[in-house]
Amino acid sequence: MLRLNLILFAILIICSLGLVSSQHQARKLFNSLEEENDRAKQLEVEHGQLQLEQSTWAMHTRIEKIATQTLRMRAPDARHVQLVPSPQAAK
Amino acid sequence: MKFSTSPVLDLRLPVWRSRLLMLLFLSGFGALGARAAYLQGWNDDFLRAKGESRYSRVLEITANRGRISDRNGEVLAISTPVKSIWATPDEIKFEGDSLAQLANLLEISREDIEKRIQSTEKDFVYLKRQVPPEVADRIAELRIPGLFQSREYRRYYPGGEVMAHVLGFTGADDTGQEGIELAFQEELAGKAGARRVIRDRRGQIVEDMESIKPAQDGHDLMLSMDARIQSQAFTQLSAAMETHHAKAAAVLVLDVTTGEVLAMVNLPSYNPNNRSKLVGAQLRNRALTDTFEPGSTMKPFTIALALEEGRVRPDTVIQTAPGRLTIGKATISDAHPLGALSVAQIIQKSSNVGTSKIAMTLDREDMWDMFNRSGFGIVPSISFPGAVSGKIRPFKTWRPIEQVTMSYGYGLSVSLFQLAQGYTIFARDGELVPISFVRNAGVTAGRKVISAETARAVRAMLEAAAGPGGTAPRAQIMGYRVAGKTGTAHKVEGHGYAGHKYRASFVGFAPVSNPRLVVAVTIDEPSGGKYFGGDVAAPVFSKVMEGALRSLGVAPDAAMKPVEMPPEHERVEESI
Repeated sequence: MLRLNLILFAILIICSLGLVSSQHQARKLFNSLEEENDRAKQLEVEHGQLQLEQSTWAMHTRIEKIATQTLRMRAPDARHVQLVPSPQAAK
Repeated sequence: MKFSTSPVLDLRLPVWRSRLLMLLFLSGFGALGARAAYLQGWNDDFLRAKGESRYSRVLEITANRGRISDRNGEVLAISTPVKSIWATPDEIKFEGDSLAQLANLLEISREDIEKRIQSTEKDFVYLKRQVPPEVADRIAELRIPGLFQSREYRRYYPGGEVMAHVLGFTGADDTGQEGIELAFQEELAGKAGARRVIRDRRGQIVEDMESIKPAQDGHDLMLSMDARIQSQAFTQLSAAMETHHAKAAAVLVLDVTTGEVLAMVNLPSYNPNNRSKLVGAQLRNRALTDTFEPGSTMKPFTIALALEEGRVRPDTVIQTAPGRLTIGKATISDAHPLGALSVAQIIQKSSNVGTSKIAMTLDREDMWDMFNRSGFGIVPSISFPGAVSGKIRPFKTWRPIEQVTMSYGYGLSVSLFQLAQGYTIFARDGELVPISFVRNAGVTAGRKVISAETARAVRAMLEAAAGPGGTAPRAQIMGYRVAGKTGTAHKVEGHGYAGHKYRASFVGFAPVSNPRLVVAVTIDEPSGGKYFGGDVAAPVFSKVMEGALRSLGVAPDAAMKPVEMPPEHERVEESI
């Protein structure tokens, strides 16, 4: 009887330690998951900011201003534009 | 006396007394044990929660609001994170000059900060929201205990004032307040998540415990807008508004085949990124929420009904001389007596008398029905906040003179949006197209209002109106056939019409051989000397339409030669 109790006690201790260590493992893994999620979010944010920057630089009014004032370009006269129908539309 | 003989030693207490005491002690222990077992075994939630509240905290994970882009994927609205600075008044403690530094960084006075911290009973108070990340980092370096930061989002609009009225804007909580941001709040808004963390005494996160609910980012939205056409329209309209010293102006560009809105500009506009000095006039979305008396732009609908019912044919001749028509006490007049005109010429020269004579042959119920089916007097079924119905009174209350004035656009009110949509029936062989602000694929089915023959006949008349012999020769575009109608109306002020305040408009479409776009322009109170729709609004139409057709690569359907302008003395003056 005593031996059985001792064995059961030992198993109990082992199980408890296992629980503790797996809990610890779980938290550690969760932490690294969160870290990666944070990183993904951070990259997403950066992507957004870059898109914002791109949009701001590529504003049509800005492009038009630079084209006409700095580069001295102008839209071609309608007479100098030749429209070529796309082969898909022709079908 | 010896101790052992002390009589006190012989005293005996009764046995029951010690038994009773023992029982009392035992039951005391028993009660304690039971209570402990109850607290820790059966009813352990309360204590567990109390214990956890000492170190664990549920944190909200903010979700990103969806992006808005134009039809080609160009970003129009995007949220990027900023910080909000908040404090727990019980814990906050300033050491040295940290309060002064904080006040400096937040741009709030020291007194204000102190007042905010002391005045609240709550254990949470915002000091400032939407702080740029760089500033927030410097605040974090001050290491003030009890001062925290949380991440929130701020919306940026790279298009600025060009897109302002279409997109609207969001409030401090990143919820839509106007325009598309409000209309599509559900889709755009993300769902915030939550997670449980362990925090130490200073509030720093030591460990993550669990994720209760992951955050869900909002959906991205692709609009029907074309940023290129929109910015061209904005430039042209701004220029026109300046030249004519107008009070306000609006332009709408619709794709006839898909029913998509390609551009919508309202002036005056505002910068949605900096709304500190906003006034009401800038906020108004004139194309959708303002109604006005359309004037002559309504005439094609009257004529279309008369053609549809077989009352007239395009070549039916109607006598408009002497340019005046008296109905009851009222007199309707043309700018100049025009003599005998065909129905087509009535539209081309925009004769009020001619239109009135045709309207008198029509049934008032039919007219009401025609306006109604063309979308006037009803709230347009679009997902945009604030779209108005305009006003057309029930036909039973129409007096004959009212029926006549309505035939040429007085006595009823419409929005520019309704006009533009209404003209799709002429551009699309009789179908009214449902309008969308979101990109949709392919051709959209419309609702039949008039027959294709009638639509084609009116189209031919409108082409003449936008030609050298019409009221709007300035609407012409080199290389494309255009059709459209001018409108010049006195503005209503108080109980009557204002003598020298006008609203000039032009609605038209192109290319006539296979209409692709409808462009509607309205200019409110042009006061630079010119006020006719043909002089003020038609040139804007022409430029916006040309730019849009070219950027969409629509094939020209007319010869590439300079547009024909009538000599100054032969210009047709519009009747108001």
